[in-house]
Amino acid sequence: MSDNKAALTTFRDDVAAWMAENVPADPGFLLPLTFLEVGTEQQLDFLREWQHKLWSAGYLGMHWPTEYGGQGADPAFQYIVDKELGRHNAPIIFNTIGLNWVGPLLLDMGTGEEKAKYIKNILSAEEIWCQGFSEPDHGSDLGAVQTRAVRDGDEYVVNGSKIWTTLGNYADHMILLARTNPNTERKYDGLSFFLSPMKIDGVEAHPIRKVTGEYGFNQTFFTDARIPASCLMGDEGGGWTVAMKTLEYERGVTAGQASGHWGVTIQIDDMIEELSHIEHDGAPLLADPVVRDDLVGFIMEAKALTLNGRRMAIPALNSDYPMGLALSVKYRGTEYERRMKQYTASKQGAQSALYVGDDDAVRGGFWQRAYFSNFGATIGGGTTQVQANIIAEHVLGLPK
Amino acid sequence: MSLLQNVAISVSDEQGMLLDVARGFVRDQTPIAAVRAQLETEPGFDPAIWKAMVDMGWTGIALPDSVGGAGMGVGSAVPVFEAMGGGLLGTPLLATTLAGQLLWRAAGEGAADWLGRLCAGSVATVAILDAADWGGANTGVRLDGQGSLTGGKRFVADAGVADYFVVLASEEGAPVLALVERSAVQEGAISANVLIDLTKRAANVDFTGVMPAEVIRGESVSTALRDTLLLGALLTAAESTGAADRCLTSITEYLKTRKQFGKLIGSYQALKHPTVDIYVGMENARAFVYHGATVVGEGALSRDAEIACRMAKVAADDVIVFAGDRSVQFHGGFGFTWDCDSTLFIRRAQWAQQMYGGAIHHRKRLAKLLLDG
Repeated sequence: MSDNKAALTTFRDDVAAWMAENVPADPGFLLPLTFLEVGTEQQLDFLREWQHKLWSAGYLGMHWPTEYGGQGADPAFQYIVDKELGRHNAPIIFNTIGLNWVGPLLLDMGTGEEKAKYIKNILSAEEIWCQGFSEPDHGSDLGAVQTRAVRDGDEYVVNGSKIWTTLGNYADHMILLARTNPNTERKYDGLSFFLSPMKIDGVEAHPIRKVTGEYGFNQTFFTDARIPASCLMGDEGGGWTVAMKTLEYERGVTAGQASGHWGVTIQIDDMIEELSHIEHDGAPLLADPVVRDDLVGFIMEAKALTLNGRRMAIPALNSDYPMGLALSVKYRGTEYERRMKQYTASKQGAQSALYVGDDDAVRGGFWQRAYFSNFGATIGGGTTQVQANIIAEHVLGLPK
Repeated sequence: MSLLQNVAISVSDEQGMLLDVARGFVRDQTPIAAVRAQLETEPGFDPAIWKAMVDMGWTGIALPDSVGGAGMGVGSAVPVFEAMGGGLLGTPLLATTLAGQLLWRAAGEGAADWLGRLCAGSVATVAILDAADWGGANTGVRLDGQGSLTGGKRFVADAGVADYFVVLASEEGAPVLALVERSAVQEGAISANVLIDLTKRAANVDFTGVMPAEVIRGESVSTALRDTLLLGALLTAAESTGAADRCLTSITEYLKTRKQFGKLIGSYQALKHPTVDIYVGMENARAFVYHGATVVGEGALSRDAEIACRMAKVAADDVIVFAGDRSVQFHGGFGFTWDCDSTLFIRRAQWAQQMYGGAIHHRKRLAKLLLDG
C-alpha cells in the first residue's frame, strides 16, 4: 500500500518535471478548446505532434497492454498524467474517439487481429478515428439509423450520410453503425458495426461551421463506398450491442479511457479568478451579495460532482441505486459547466459582448467561446434530455 | 489552492453497519402506518420504540466511552439520522444528541453525570432560540446573582418529554449554559407549538424563576454553541436526505402504477425529468452529508467541517423541499389529501428547511468562508 503510494508520488514528480520541460508554448494561433473543434491543418499538425510526443515519453495509455503500445500500469497512473496535463495547461490530447471509445472497445470486445492492427496507432496519433453514429434525421435516436451497408462478395457497399462527424475530414477510420438488414422485426437487430476506412473512394467529409465560429464537425457522405467485409466488428446484425458498449465508454459509465485530457480544463477556481478582476457598480464584482450567492451555488455543484465521483468507489453508499451515480455524471457535469461558463461570460459588463478576435475581449473571448463550445458536451453522446430519460428508466425504473 | 480542497468522503465499517441496522429497524419496527398512529399523540412517538433505540445505544453513539457513550464520534450518528429520516420517524433523538454535544463540547468530563443520564435513556434538549432568528444572539434569558433565571425560550424541541434542558442564557453579558431539571420548570410554563411537521414536537418554555441545577461558564460555551448549531444542521440534513429518498420512492412507485390517458404517467417526460432532478439532488445531498460525517472529527469543528455542515444543509433543504412539493403535485388529487404520504413529506420539508438555519442563512456564511478566505 505505502509502496504503491510512494511509487505514485515518484511518478507524479517525474511527470511534472517532464511537463515543465516539454509542454509546448503558445503556438501563436488559436488552439481548440476540445477535440470537437479541430478545424485547421495547422491545429491538426500541432496536436498530432504533441500527442505523439506524450506517447513517446511513455505517458499515454498508461493502463493499456504493452504489446499494443500501452504501459501496462495501473489506471491510477493515467489519472496522474491527466491531472498534470490539466495543471500545466497543456494542449489537449485530441485523438479522443480513438483513445477513449475505440481503444477501450477493441480491448474489451475486439479480436487479437483488430487490437494489433489499430491500438498502437491510436496512441501514437498516426491514425485518427471518427465516429459514424448520428444521422441527419436521427440524432439521439440511434436505433433508427438508415445508412445502408449491403454485402457484395468480400465487401460491403455503403450508402447514406452521417452527421456531427468530429475529426471526420482528418480521420483514417470511422466506427460506423449501418443497417445491413432493413426488414428485421426490431429495428436494432438490423444494425451492424464496422471499423471502416475513411480515405477511400465514395467517402466525403464536408466540414460544418459551429456556433463558436469554428469547424470540427462534418457531414460525411457515403456514395457506393466499398469497404472490406473484414471491417465488420462482431456479427452482422449485432451492431447495436457494440454501439451501446461504445456509448458506455463515451459517457464515462465504464472505465478504460486512455486520456481524460480531451478538453481545456476549466475549474471553478478559474471562474472565481476571472470574476475577481471585474468591477461592477464601482466596486469589485465579488462584493456583490447576489453574485456571491450565485457563486456559492456553483462551488457547491462543483464540489458535489467531485464528492459523488469519489463516492462511486464506496459500496456502502451506492447500493440503493446501482449505476445511478455513474449514469448521472454526464447529466450533472455537462450542464453545470454550461451554466458556469455562461455565467462567467455574462458578468464582464460591456466586455461580455466581445468575442474571439477582439483585442479588448476578456482573455481573448475565452469564456464566450467556452460557453458556446460546451453545447458539444450537453448535446453530443446523447443530449441532456436523453440522459434524463436514461436515468429515469434505468436507475429509477420508470416506464419508457 | 483550490476551492474544493477538502473532498474527503469515506464510510467506516461501523458506520456502514449502523446504516444497515438503523434502516432495518426503521423498516421493520416503524412502518409509515406506525408513524401515522403517533401524529396526534402528545409525545409524538411510541415509548417502546424510544426504549429500543436507547437499548441499541443510539443516544450515546456520538459521546465518548468515559461518559457512557459508544465513543464513535458524531460522524457515526449520521447514518442513524439518515435512516430515521427515511422512515419519517420522530422521537427526541435529535434533541438528545445535540444536548449531549453541547454539554460535552462546553464542559467535557465536567458534565459526566448529565451525559451519563442521557446515554442511559434520559431525554435531554437544547433551549437556544429567544425568537425565530437562528442567526440571533439568543442570550435573552438572564441568570442573576442569586442564581435564578429570567425569560423564556421558543421552539424548544421535545420540551414536553425532556428530563432536563440545556438552556443558553447570559450572565453579566457572557453566554452560559444553565442546566435545568424538568422538575424545576413550573406547571404551565411549557406551551406546545402547533408544528407543521406532525412527527416532530416543540414548545415555548418559560424559565422565569427557575434555579438551574448547574451552570457551565467560560469561553468554551461559545465554541460549543457554534459547533452544536452546525451539527444540528448536519444531522437535520441527514434526516432530510433520508426523507427525500423515501419521498422519491413513493413518487416513482406512483408513476409506475398510475395510468392516465391510457399511459403510465411515469412515461411522460414532464414528470420523468423533475423526478430525475429529485434523484440527482438527493445524491448530491448524500455526498455532502457523508463528506460532513467524514470531516467533523473530534473536538472543535474545523473550517472544512463548518463548510461541509453548511453545504449539507443547503443541499438537503433544496432537495427535500423540491421532493415534498413535487410529490404532492405528481400524485394529483390524491396528493392533496391527508391520506397520501406526500402530506408527511411536504410537512417534513417545511419543518426541516428552517431548522438550524435555512439555505439563505448558510449560503451567506458560505460566501464569506469561500470567497473572502
